[in-house]
Amino acid sequence: MAFAAFGSNNSSKPSKPTKTGKVVIALLAPGLAYLGAFFLTPLIALIMVSLQIPDPAGGYAEYVPALEIGNYGYVIAEYLPHILRSFAYALAATVLALLISYPLAYFIGVKARPWPMLQKLMLTLVIAPFFISFLLRTLAWKQLFSNESWIVTTLQDSGLLDQTQYVVGTPFMVIFGLTYNFIPFMTLPLYTSLERLDIRYLEAGSDLYASPAKVFRKVTLPLSMPGIISGTLLTFIPIAGDYVNASGDFLGSSSTAMIGNVIESNYLQINDYPSASALSVLLMGVILVLVSVYVRKSGTEDLL
Amino acid sequence: MAKEFIARGAYLELKQIRKEFPGFVAIDNLDLHVPAGEFFALLGPSGCGKTTTLRLVAGLESPTKGQIYIGGKDVTNTKPHERPVNTVFQSYALFPHMSVLENVAFGLRQRKIDEPLVKAKEALNLVQLAHLADRKPQQLSGGQQQRVALARALVNRPSLLLLDEPLGALDLKLRREMQIELKAIQMEVGLTFLHVTHDQEEAMDMADTVAVMNLGHIEQMGAPEVLYDRPKTVFVSKFLGQSNLLVGDVTSTSANSISIEVGGNKISVPKDRAEKHTGKIAIGFRPEKAIFHTKKPAANSATNVIGAGEIIDIRFTGVSNQYLIEVPNLGSITVFAQNMGQSPVIELGEKVWISWAVEHTFGLSDLPANVEQA
Amino acid sequence: MRFSLGKLALPLYAVIAFIYLLIPILYTFVFSFNDSLKTNLIWRGFTFDKWTNVCQREGVCEAFTNSVFIGLISTIVATALGTAIAIALVRYRFKFRSSINLLLFLPMATPEVVLGAGLASQFFNLGVQKGIWTIIIAHIMFCLSFVVVTVKARVASLDPALEEAGRDLYANPRQVFWKITFPLLLPGISAAALLSFALSFDDFIITNFNAGADMTFPRYVYTAAARGVPAEANVIGCAVFLLAIFIVLATQINSEVKRKRLAKKH
Repeated sequence: MAFAAFGSNNSSKPSKPTKTGKVVIALLAPGLAYLGAFFLTPLIALIMVSLQIPDPAGGYAEYVPALEIGNYGYVIAEYLPHILRSFAYALAATVLALLISYPLAYFIGVKARPWPMLQKLMLTLVIAPFFISFLLRTLAWKQLFSNESWIVTTLQDSGLLDQTQYVVGTPFMVIFGLTYNFIPFMTLPLYTSLERLDIRYLEAGSDLYASPAKVFRKVTLPLSMPGIISGTLLTFIPIAGDYVNASGDFLGSSSTAMIGNVIESNYLQINDYPSASALSVLLMGVILVLVSVYVRKSGTEDLL
Repeated sequence: MAKEFIARGAYLELKQIRKEFPGFVAIDNLDLHVPAGEFFALLGPSGCGKTTTLRLVAGLESPTKGQIYIGGKDVTNTKPHERPVNTVFQSYALFPHMSVLENVAFGLRQRKIDEPLVKAKEALNLVQLAHLADRKPQQLSGGQQQRVALARALVNRPSLLLLDEPLGALDLKLRREMQIELKAIQMEVGLTFLHVTHDQEEAMDMADTVAVMNLGHIEQMGAPEVLYDRPKTVFVSKFLGQSNLLVGDVTSTSANSISIEVGGNKISVPKDRAEKHTGKIAIGFRPEKAIFHTKKPAANSATNVIGAGEIIDIRFTGVSNQYLIEVPNLGSITVFAQNMGQSPVIELGEKVWISWAVEHTFGLSDLPANVEQA
Repeated sequence: MRFSLGKLALPLYAVIAFIYLLIPILYTFVFSFNDSLKTNLIWRGFTFDKWTNVCQREGVCEAFTNSVFIGLISTIVATALGTAIAIALVRYRFKFRSSINLLLFLPMATPEVVLGAGLASQFFNLGVQKGIWTIIIAHIMFCLSFVVVTVKARVASLDPALEEAGRDLYANPRQVFWKITFPLLLPGISAAALLSFALSFDDFIITNFNAGADMTFPRYVYTAAARGVPAEANVIGCAVFLLAIFIVLATQINSEVKRKRLAKKH
């Protein structure tokens, strides 16, 4: 989807698949078998572990296979705040990312078309944050907004913040970090969609007496909808499962914990594998629902 | 071990070829025989299956049924890289990451022929492009690319050279030049050329034999003059040049000819120019073979006359005037009159009779689609 | 040229947006020159020391080396497997197309926690010891789909007639691939390899679930975050950043130069 933005330079007609033969199996089998073994099977393993119960005869962190669906009930009851919070943050961050990215993508993809070199340069700037470890960039924001930082002291002095109020550790900071880290994920699909927008549609709109605002609303926006949808999917889904931004060591605190944090702590610290797995399966389930809605509308060919 | 192929052209034979694709049949019941050393044109509209036929001969597709013989050898199951055939592709397909010289030398290298670059240079000389040997294909114009594609195929001295609408992308003047050049090369080297095109003028001009293809089978095959003078089916009569067609039942026969009655007019066709001798038949004549008269001409056993009709359109095309005449019960008839330097003597609305020699009439084996079939 | 406020608004916005995107990078860069002690929270003075003696800080260079090693192996395998799949998807007709598209798409859509926890569970069930190789296995898995997407775009723009011409000119399928297909796909394959390496190098969540005691660079930063990340980590981060930017700009300038040269017709 988004990575077609960096595809080839020659825009000749895409060719239709025509060849047949046994070679296909040799080409597809290794990769697909790999995914079968290391993607599908682990997901099944997750489901199995999520139904396990503690080994009655065993010690700490030992579980036996079972069919304890009650695990799900437990997890939902126990972690409902975190689940809701995750989707709330993800929604907020996605909307913010969309609002911030759209004008940027529009500028690069539509307004800057006469200067392709400039377009490429700007795209590079958009993905530049990717080239520096995302942990380091998140830490940078943490420092910039830390309790003793210039930004916070100025906000406190000017009265926008109470003297006892801080920024790091608040939902605002977590959403801020999530938005920032995923802007490229939103910008690239938007850019791809807008880049293909035929300017003549916009010209036709104004030729037919529509004001610029109307042209945007009635022509540009609907035509860029595929980009908006794939950008939203590409952003919302990873954000929902993120835990670095919300972790106490980075931009969050214990009151901003998201599903990801809970899964991580359950798995790596408490060693409560069934709970961690149950939460993972739930998260995966929601995402599969979103993806299947998309696929039903647009088919699977555009996914890749 | 260098693979050596026959240095002279080979003959090509397709037997009962059927090619199916998912959802449709591209070719059915195709029989084709191309004699060695001939310039053969496969002519037809888009979608008629001519490119598919070419690809079958090249080995890029396999027939669902039937056999293919090159030089008498059954190559139906031979892979393309093992057939003594080369193709000049419609899009030229020059390798963009190699120089022009390397492009031409490619086939020689694969066959491990000695001194590939020397031979490639010679081939480029043949098409007068030796001075561009080190350029990349993208730096060449369309005409130059086409010549490189030709050199790349010719250098391998294939028994059979396949050309897939190679002149389509060229402008008129360049196309004419290339037609002359291609024909000259073919005669000089003695290869068998199979040329696929939708341009009937090109086919008639360059080819020794033309096969007209339609909907996956060959309608008629023969020398261009024969096809033009004696079309056998409605499609051929309309695809090669223009025809006026009249449909009627055979009302009488004589020793040498048959006659039909249509719209009150009696039209005769020599028996050896008619595909059918009884029943409902479509007969036709070419517009340039007819003349029109302002007074009804006297009856004559050597001439067919129809009329009177009204002139409803006159078009000036430089070389000739084209008249469209509406004859009651017969429809619109087209007549070409060469411009002999006089101003037109006829005007719109005038009533005229049309006549042409009986020996210029032809009788077709089928009927036009919009007519009730017999 | 008329300067209306409306016309300036969008470019101005873009400039602000770019600055916003680059702030953390600048911050990291500046603080890599900080004459810090254990933590890098307060500016103490400018020094080149951290850049020249980057490996003196314990663990940083080991973590970096591990990340590079893991990245290289994962990239090679993922690129090979992914390129094969991309060629198959674009050029060949086969059944179960939709399911295969879905299977390739899902790893990109699955949250990293799920991927990480899943694989870790699997290794646990099989009794496999977690270590460098489990990390590599995990990285290949999630890089594969990205390679397919990137190479697919390139394959789709490759004229099939070129390969047919190769076969017509006596090259067998193996020769056609190496002499024609592969050189022409190389830009796409390179882009996919770069992307794959970048994803592997920067991966934290999945790695965290599937590493034993081994440190990769992101893991190092994460575990150090609680105490305070040393400036040497900034150094490595910035060095990688500069290298990546350099590669990207160099390839773009190179292809632009090539394009201009070829555009000169004769």
